[in-house]
Amino acid sequence: MSVFSSSAARPWLLSGPALALFASLLVTPIVMTVLLSFREFSFYGGISDTLGLSNYIEILGDGYFYEIFLRTFLIALGTTVLCVLLGVPEAYFIHRMGPLWRSMMLLVVLGPLLISVVVRTLGWAILLGNKGVINDLLTRMELIERPLKMMYTSGGIVLALTHVMIPFMILAVWASLQRQDPDSERAAESLGAGPVTVFLRVVLPQCVPGILSGSLIVFSLSASAFATPAILGGRRVKVVSTTVYDEFLNTLNWPLGAAIAVLLLVSIMTIMVAWTRLVERRHGEALQ
Amino acid sequence: MRRNGAFALVFNGIFALFMVAPLVVVIGVAFTPEGYLEFPPSGLSFRWFQAILDNPDFIEAAWISLELGVVSATLATAFAVPAALAIGRGRFAGREGMQALFLSPLTVPTVVLGIAFLRFLSLFDINGTFVGLVLCHAIIITPFILRLVLASVAGLDRSLEKAAISLGASDWTVFRRVTLPLILPGVVGGWVLAFITSFDELTVTVFIVNPSTTTLPVRLFSHITQTTDPLVASISTVVILFTVLLMVVLDRLYGLDRLLMGEGAR
Repeated sequence: MSVFSSSAARPWLLSGPALALFASLLVTPIVMTVLLSFREFSFYGGISDTLGLSNYIEILGDGYFYEIFLRTFLIALGTTVLCVLLGVPEAYFIHRMGPLWRSMMLLVVLGPLLISVVVRTLGWAILLGNKGVINDLLTRMELIERPLKMMYTSGGIVLALTHVMIPFMILAVWASLQRQDPDSERAAESLGAGPVTVFLRVVLPQCVPGILSGSLIVFSLSASAFATPAILGGRRVKVVSTTVYDEFLNTLNWPLGAAIAVLLLVSIMTIMVAWTRLVERRHGEALQ
Repeated sequence: MRRNGAFALVFNGIFALFMVAPLVVVIGVAFTPEGYLEFPPSGLSFRWFQAILDNPDFIEAAWISLELGVVSATLATAFAVPAALAIGRGRFAGREGMQALFLSPLTVPTVVLGIAFLRFLSLFDINGTFVGLVLCHAIIITPFILRLVLASVAGLDRSLEKAAISLGASDWTVFRRVTLPLILPGVVGGWVLAFITSFDELTVTVFIVNPSTTTLPVRLFSHITQTTDPLVASISTVVILFTVLLMVVLDRLYGLDRLLMGEGAR
């Protein structure tokens, strides 16, 4: 082996180009954005050179922004709950299928992950509109007289986001199902447990780690989702990411937009860390 | 294990419908002969596919997205493969931190990445340029390549490399003739996955394009936020077909099951 290949510097040389790219184009810009959030903006003077907390004071003192943050996290929470309610049983049913059906269902469930979110959300816009497919169908079946309002509502966004995020939940639950010992189910069955009891008392408890990690992924991705709330909510149902977009590209108040984005980043990071701690403590106990 | 019961089958059927419904309506609407969105379409017409050809904006945007995907995926692969080799086999201080840094674009909210890139690129006056887009996309898609290549490196038999070294092969020769061929499925799978991610990227890109570098997702997005007509459905249908084609390629090269499972395993 050459001297070069065994040197301690080797890993750093190999990852040098990537490190340089990430340091200059990821770390620096994020630090600059945090700094930008402390600057002030005036319509005529542009961005100030002085640092201050004015943007944060403005956001925290304004009910308008509270509402946007609250709505964003409620949408993320609703999406997470729906993903658990639908994703966990679905993962379990797929887990119990024969190999052929399983491959097909996995393709149906996970394939959309690779298809553009804009395209998938367009599909939901066509389904949910006032003259959309769902309202059309319900009217023709004479179940409703007036169209249900689903476009430009938080509920519509939750439904579409569930479609976008549920593959992550199914993958996470699937991973913990794969680790399960199938004998534990057989044991419960042989002792006379019905399918519901087996699911609730044997399968579900073993899925908890997968559900928890899946929930964290779904929640954080939903809280920062952009395309789906922008298309289905428009100006009427604003969330944090669409508000940041408007501040940057319409109002042009970059410092305020940066402060909103930093608050989003900090709150998501805080939730992730707290969640992970909680899970480690709870789950650590459960494992022993 | 007992077989799935009736409830499971019904649930599964409804769930499958839920997953495919938005894609089916997009494809259905694209074939309408009418001038508005209708589903199911009243006839079968290629009118809206022909209309794509009359919209050079969308065709140009599609070319930009293709070029951007190819260039940024290639650049990110060139950076990520050596980094994955370093992380995958090295035991050195800072290894975990390095891996966390390279995977961090997956956890930082994309809207934060978007404005950070916008702020940075506009300071150097390269916002909206193709080069700026390539660099930012390379960062966003690096984690996808890194994960697949790391998985390949983990399964690598090191005695093959040692044999090559003992026979006097240089570092470069070992990499080119032994290591690379062994991790090639991961590298190529990672490249295709990175290409798809770049090709579909909206949230970051929407901040850093200008009218002359607008990508297909951004063009589609701004069109949809103003009006939804069968034109966006026919373009989306082409995007769906293109993605399905790439999925077939991925399946042949790497195995779609393995690839999609990997998304959840970490």
